[in-house]
Amino acid sequence: MTALLEVNDLHVFYGAIHALQGISFHMDEGEIVTLIGANGAGKSTTLKTISGLLRPRQGNILFQDRDLTKVSAPKIVSLGIVHVPEGRKIFAPLTVRENLEMGAYSRSDAKEIRASMQQVFASFPRLQERLSQPGGTLSGGEQQMLAMGRGLMANPKLLLLDEPSMGLAPLLVEEIFRIIVEINAQGTSILLVEQNAAMALSIADRAYVLETGTVALEGPAAELLENPQVKAAYLGR
Amino acid sequence: MRDLPSRIIVFFRRNWYLAIIGLLILLWLAGRYRESPLLFWQFIVDGLRLGFVYALIALGYTMVYGIVRLINFAHGDVFMVGSYTAYFATTRYQWGFLPAMALAVGVCAFLGVVIERVAYKPLRDAPRIAALITAIGVSFFLEYFTALDFVFTPNFINYTPLPLKITTWEVRGITFSNIMLLIIAVTTACLVLLWYIVYRTKLGKAMRAVAWDKETALLMGINVDLVITSTFAIGSGLAGIGGMLYVLAYPQIRTFLGVMPGLKAFIAAVFGGIGSIPGALIGSLVIGMVEMLAQGYLSSPMRDAIVFSVLIIVLLYRPTGLFGEAAREKA
Ligand SMILES: Nc1ncnc2c1ncn2[C@@H]1O[C@H](COP(=O)(O)OP(=O)(O)O)[C@@H](O)[C@H]1O
Ligand SMILES: [Mg+2]
Repeated sequence: MTALLEVNDLHVFYGAIHALQGISFHMDEGEIVTLIGANGAGKSTTLKTISGLLRPRQGNILFQDRDLTKVSAPKIVSLGIVHVPEGRKIFAPLTVRENLEMGAYSRSDAKEIRASMQQVFASFPRLQERLSQPGGTLSGGEQQMLAMGRGLMANPKLLLLDEPSMGLAPLLVEEIFRIIVEINAQGTSILLVEQNAAMALSIADRAYVLETGTVALEGPAAELLENPQVKAAYLGR
Repeated sequence: MRDLPSRIIVFFRRNWYLAIIGLLILLWLAGRYRESPLLFWQFIVDGLRLGFVYALIALGYTMVYGIVRLINFAHGDVFMVGSYTAYFATTRYQWGFLPAMALAVGVCAFLGVVIERVAYKPLRDAPRIAALITAIGVSFFLEYFTALDFVFTPNFINYTPLPLKITTWEVRGITFSNIMLLIIAVTTACLVLLWYIVYRTKLGKAMRAVAWDKETALLMGINVDLVITSTFAIGSGLAGIGGMLYVLAYPQIRTFLGVMPGLKAFIAAVFGGIGSIPGALIGSLVIGMVEMLAQGYLSSPMRDAIVFSVLIIVLLYRPTGLFGEAAREKA
């Protein structure tokens, strides 16, 4: 079986800053894989390179055996990779409904789009109550739900989630993670970037630990949870 | 966010000397009004006619600014090309009014798209000052290039015959013309259409999404370049309509014709709050009326001086204009 996503020796620069220094990892279909690591390790940069916002200077990204490094960002969305960015990035002046519609921008079948919207409401009932409200007026937790719902509107095969728990109260964090598992159970593969390593490892199949632009450790999530190095550095125990 | 009236009160409390000056101006206007209400209303009506034309230009400024944060100084010259297009279509080629307007829209939209692709797109990630200087360059280029013999000849034109007969009526002593009604009707129709596009169509929603956050728009699969190009096309097309209507009301055509209306519409857009579509309309109507009152009660040169002082005052005291948001909050 070939991997769903294969990232090989990725080098990415911001001007002179060498942010990714040869990152490699892979994901199989149906997996939840998590990238954990300290602030500035290169997690967001990795996601942005996969979704086509940044271009690598070296290395490649294969999605279902197709190289993405020359594919435009909008095209990558229509191939089935959706990136829910760090900080949610809701379109504040657009209503909740319009935000969701933007998520479905790459699709044209109105009936299927409506069906996706119903699915999103099933996962995030609170969004349905706020449909005509501007996205910017939602609370942090609701904005995260909207960001994820908006991502799901593209009906992705692979969902890239960048720090979905950032800034949320513990109860909300649990709800968000429960929904991530649910989305995965419905067949969407998930690449999860998190600062909250304990939570991420508890729901992931496998994990990679990033340190200053390189992969420092990798393995099954359950194993990393018990790894003394990981415990010391990322689990605060 | 507070509502407009209370924001106005807060603004004037903070800038009480502006309030006093404003009050004096209102008193003075009231005095003029008592001398001859008729004259006053005539100036208001003429001001609205001018303002509705400005609105068609100001919309383009504001839409383009909203989406790429660029003051497109060549916009007034696109407007001028619209005037010539309408003139040549209706006189030399005997086209009817509506086909000529459609042609002006098409030519200007195309010109706007070319300008964006050639001059602004390569500078999209450059500092805004570079794009601004380029815009001024494009503006001069259009003004002087179109003056060449092989482009628009002749280029000082009195627009005769007009493609429609001018009729005027007096209602209670105030003169209205069919041109004025036409201008108001066409501008209103354009505004409704624009509102529909921006709030009800997929393209319009994408325009608002791109205006807010280009990177995230890309993540939605939105073709950001195409959306920006469409914005230039729509804004420039509106300027084409404005160019045609303007020369019906003021039938002298020359290649520098767009400069003043362009600047005035720019001021109107800033006054209304650049980036805001309702602001562009309100700002334009106010600027049109201020101009006509200044011209009527003071003198023609004062008309321009006063409008440009409005720009300076707005930039000094409220750079975000009437409806502009202060530094917007991004999550
Ligand atoms: N826009 C940028 N310009 C310059 N450097 C950046 C930019 N974004 C990130 N970096 C740098 O790249 C490195 C990786 O950042 P990032 O991928 O955001 O880390 P993480 O998401 O793991 O916190 C950091 O050293 C950061 O300072
Ligand atoms: Mg990050």
